[in-house]
Amino acid sequence: MVSPHPLVSLLAILLLALTLASGLIWFERRLLAWWQDRYGPNRVGPFGLLQVLADMIKIFAKEDWVPPFADKVAFILAPAIIVVTVLLSFAVLPFAPGVIVSDLNIALLFFLAMSSLGVYSIVLAGWSSDNKYSLLGGMRAAAQMLSYEVFMGLSLMGVVLLAGTFSLNGIVRAQRHLWFIVPQFAGFLLFFIAGLAETRRLPFDLPEAESELVAGFHSEYSGMKFGMFFVGEYLGITLISAMIAILFFGGWLGPGLPPLLWFFLKLFCFLSLFILMRAALPRPRFDQLMAWAWKLLLPLALLNLLVTGALVLAFLPRR
Amino acid sequence: MNEFAFYVAAAIAVLSTALVITRRNAVQALLYLALSLIAVAVVFYGYGAPFIAALEVIVYAGSIVVLFIFVVMMLNLGRRAAQAEARLLPPRIWIGPAVLAAVLLFEIVYLLARGPRLPVAAAAIPPRAVALALYGPYLLGVELASLLLLSALIGAYHLGWRRQPFPEVRDAPPESPAGLDSGRDSVRAGSRRSAGAA
Repeated sequence: MVSPHPLVSLLAILLLALTLASGLIWFERRLLAWWQDRYGPNRVGPFGLLQVLADMIKIFAKEDWVPPFADKVAFILAPAIIVVTVLLSFAVLPFAPGVIVSDLNIALLFFLAMSSLGVYSIVLAGWSSDNKYSLLGGMRAAAQMLSYEVFMGLSLMGVVLLAGTFSLNGIVRAQRHLWFIVPQFAGFLLFFIAGLAETRRLPFDLPEAESELVAGFHSEYSGMKFGMFFVGEYLGITLISAMIAILFFGGWLGPGLPPLLWFFLKLFCFLSLFILMRAALPRPRFDQLMAWAWKLLLPLALLNLLVTGALVLAFLPRR
Repeated sequence: MNEFAFYVAAAIAVLSTALVITRRNAVQALLYLALSLIAVAVVFYGYGAPFIAALEVIVYAGSIVVLFIFVVMMLNLGRRAAQAEARLLPPRIWIGPAVLAAVLLFEIVYLLARGPRLPVAAAAIPPRAVALALYGPYLLGVELASLLLLSALIGAYHLGWRRQPFPEVRDAPPESPAGLDSGRDSVRAGSRRSAGAA
């Protein structure tokens, strides 16, 4: 397969990520409706597919309001940060052999760095709004994302040990014989839980818990600034799903079908899993969330790393 | 990396660090600190140390500064703290440090102007080489650092530990209507409005 020019990949991936993220809004609503025995949006266009477009027109037409009591610069900057950090992470994802913007040799660390910078968006939004509920949402987001980041990184180190590289291309190639979901099942579970918390998806959407905090960190946002948070969340889900496919399920690897198709098949499985989580689970209390992170999931991640390290040392040949 | 990119990143790092010191609003200062750390990460990357660059962003910009911001938000200093800071730092207090810093600046410019140029682009050091160095010749340093961190962790745990935890607020019956809102809430967002009420 001829690999396209990085610039072509860049444009294609950018367009694809944004389209996927907005299409995901429709996908989620339909899927949730199906599970809850109702129709969901089905009026605009075929199967309601154009509903997102209609919503987008509406959101662009809304008044773009900055509250007079807000810290203006931070208020405007916050929604941009989340979209930028998530989109930057897409640059290091290998979609198929050669279809990648930048094959960094520290791609995995780059992903972790970008996801840890994403916290600023939520924290700044909560702080700059100068509103009780926003501030509480922002503080919850800071505590939650900081805690779950710690073992998100640790849960991936087992994969790094097995593959012997931080490069995502290298990690996919290392799974030619065996997907890492088999030796790293614990790592997969931990990463999935951390991914849910990092994207602030239900059941971990405490920073915006509607029943307690109005809309949490984005209470004061309207128009396209709110839209950016919305799209940023769905971009985040797409990113974490793609990372799960790449790190644990062999990325583009698979028999028969073309690699790109395999990748997207896997991607859609995990996107649906994310949505299923929303349909299936209630929200925990915030202290439970923090206690799980530090007292259960972090020790488990350390244990997983320890056992993987010992097994690699004992059985894998020295590189 | 070309020299231009290095100088841009270095200039951003210096400028944002200066802004960290001069901002009166703590959250704004911390944001400039994060920016400065990211700029330093870019400099590291340019010098061929991608691993250190990534860790700089993950650990410092992504975790430690967020933790600082979290604490500042929790204290919710607001405008009164900014005014106090302004009174604390009148312009004449800057004279001494500014003169000394200017001497240093002159010195470094002088050295740069006459000394041999340092190579900006070095060979990239892969993460594996960093790991081998850390756990080879520098093992003792790593172990000492981890001991220090462990003792700090235990110390922090000891400070935060209470023999009898507070009874959970939601289970306790309200003592009096006034007791419901008695300074328990350390978070005072929208401070202008609540300042008038209190």
